[in-house]
Amino acid sequence: MSAIARKPGRAPWEEPGSLAGRLGKGGTIVVVLLLVLFPLYTILLTSLSSSKTVNEAGGLVLVPDGITFDAYRQIFSDTVVSHAILVSTGVTVVGTAFSLGVSVLGAYGLSRPGSFLHRPLLFSVLLMFVFFPGLIPTYLLVASLGLKNDYLSLILPSAVSAFNIVVLRAFFMNIPHELLDSARIDGAGEFRILWRIVLPLSKAVTAVIALFYAVGYWNAWFNAMLYLDDSAKWPLALVLREYVVNAAALPAGTAGVAYGQAAPPTLAIKMAIVMVAVVPALIIYPFVQRHFTKGVIIGAIKG
Amino acid sequence: MTTGSKARGAGGRAARDRRDGARPDLTRAEPSSAPSAPRSADRRARLRRDWPLLVMAAPMVVLVTAFWWVPTLGNVIALQDYNPYSGGILGSPIIGFTNFAQLLGDPQFGHAVVNTLGITAFQLVFYFPVPIALALLLNSIMSPRLRAFVQGVVYLPHFFSWVLVVAIFQQMLGGAGLLAQILREHGHEGVDIMTHSETFILLVTSQTVWKDAGWGSIVFLAALSTIDPHLYEAAAVDGAGRWRRMWHVTLPGLRPVIVLLLILRLGDALNVGFEQFMLQRSAVGSAVSEVFDTFAYYSGLRTGDFGYGAAAGLFKGLVGLILILVANRVAHSLGERGVYSK
Repeated sequence: MSAIARKPGRAPWEEPGSLAGRLGKGGTIVVVLLLVLFPLYTILLTSLSSSKTVNEAGGLVLVPDGITFDAYRQIFSDTVVSHAILVSTGVTVVGTAFSLGVSVLGAYGLSRPGSFLHRPLLFSVLLMFVFFPGLIPTYLLVASLGLKNDYLSLILPSAVSAFNIVVLRAFFMNIPHELLDSARIDGAGEFRILWRIVLPLSKAVTAVIALFYAVGYWNAWFNAMLYLDDSAKWPLALVLREYVVNAAALPAGTAGVAYGQAAPPTLAIKMAIVMVAVVPALIIYPFVQRHFTKGVIIGAIKG
Repeated sequence: MTTGSKARGAGGRAARDRRDGARPDLTRAEPSSAPSAPRSADRRARLRRDWPLLVMAAPMVVLVTAFWWVPTLGNVIALQDYNPYSGGILGSPIIGFTNFAQLLGDPQFGHAVVNTLGITAFQLVFYFPVPIALALLLNSIMSPRLRAFVQGVVYLPHFFSWVLVVAIFQQMLGGAGLLAQILREHGHEGVDIMTHSETFILLVTSQTVWKDAGWGSIVFLAALSTIDPHLYEAAAVDGAGRWRRMWHVTLPGLRPVIVLLLILRLGDALNVGFEQFMLQRSAVGSAVSEVFDTFAYYSGLRTGDFGYGAAAGLFKGLVGLILILVANRVAHSLGERGVYSK
């Protein structure tokens, strides 16, 4: 939203800030930045340090003393973690494509007030905002569908988000209808209009929604804990919880190779797992960041 | 979900009305608008015209039906002595409101109620103002590049999972974490803030601030950008300094958004971070960390007492629904658009 970017520089009537005020503001900004960046810095640094450096530091490493990729080498050669990365990547890619497809089609299908069954369908989507069916009926449903221990159980129950559909729908409804009408007169069907006109005009919001879905799938661990009894199938987020948060050793041998005789992983390895969980968000993030405001605000206003 | 000043909301409504009016053939929702056409013929014509839209919506409808309607109706097991092995949902005996009566007498459920309400109230005071302050800070950064950078950094933790956030806090404040490490190096006792049940409410609130305050500031930044700059200029000409301008121009400009988000928090009061509590329950004990969803999980699912857990889930769902309706009614009576219109 371009209106948000204030014109740079100070207005003529604006008084120059006092030195103390500017120092205070600058100091606050530095503190805010450090609160986010410092933990990431020490975690990254520790994951890149040798066990000798970690031992000398007595924990997290604050000052770099030689860089080594041993920890990363070890987690990628360890079947538990590397398999978990594969699972998370697969679930994220497949789930995001599926969710995005269903949501875009559904949002477009709901984007024309007055169309056949428009109201009841929209209403049933909006109901998802106000009432959550509950943990236990959902669990029993997934179990009775035979989806336990199936990767589909990580995708299907959380595949559509009412919020994302409403955001996409609001965006589609803002596209000038003359554009769609002229395509219709030229003989284009609804699918072609969606693919050729609506989607190219909605790249930004679609990218943001895709990011939301992808982050959701990548970060999800609770569904996996509920539905996957076999720890060899676990995604990265759940492995992270066991290794790092609960400081447990994963059951040895479940993934074919015994992992370090159930010894708890060293700090550097733990921190390497944390970094692997963070990195995908860091990579995609800069490309999508400038569109956030649009996505969030439209969803908020039209919601 | 909803924000925007009154003007924005009304503008959106007006725009939609205009759009509807511009295409009477496609957008008339009410059959009554075409009284001459028989209802069934009208429906058939609309079906013939709109079937591609229905086909497109079909996968979504199937998913919503399967994973929202079916489990929602499945909540009838809250009224049953549900046994998955003998009879399931059709064969289990109906016991009425016994599960609910039992809930009200369960001290653990009492913990869940007290903790949920306490943490919501606490965060209303200590979390809610943070995104507003952050938005004011961001808005006051002159250089667009620096601003974009700071925004990029503070939005980032929103995309970390709760597992990551808890892991990061553990590394900073836990028994083997950085703080304890530094204290020990200077000859003090190490501390483990992650397992202090007395300060748990502070811990979860600072985690929430760390993760979501930046993201929450987006809405306020957008509202700030809608404030007419001439108001600031006029105030400055009248001799108002920085702080006076903030008090007399900025805060009144943010008022509609603040009111609305406060009301929405009420509707969301029962949803204090489930994952966050789930992850830290074993570290601090259930007395301070039990909330509705963790109760449903531990007292229902883990023990196999499905009917009981479903009753807890249904209780939370219904109270939450009532809160949302009340909040929405309040929003409407204050002239805001609320969560939904009509």
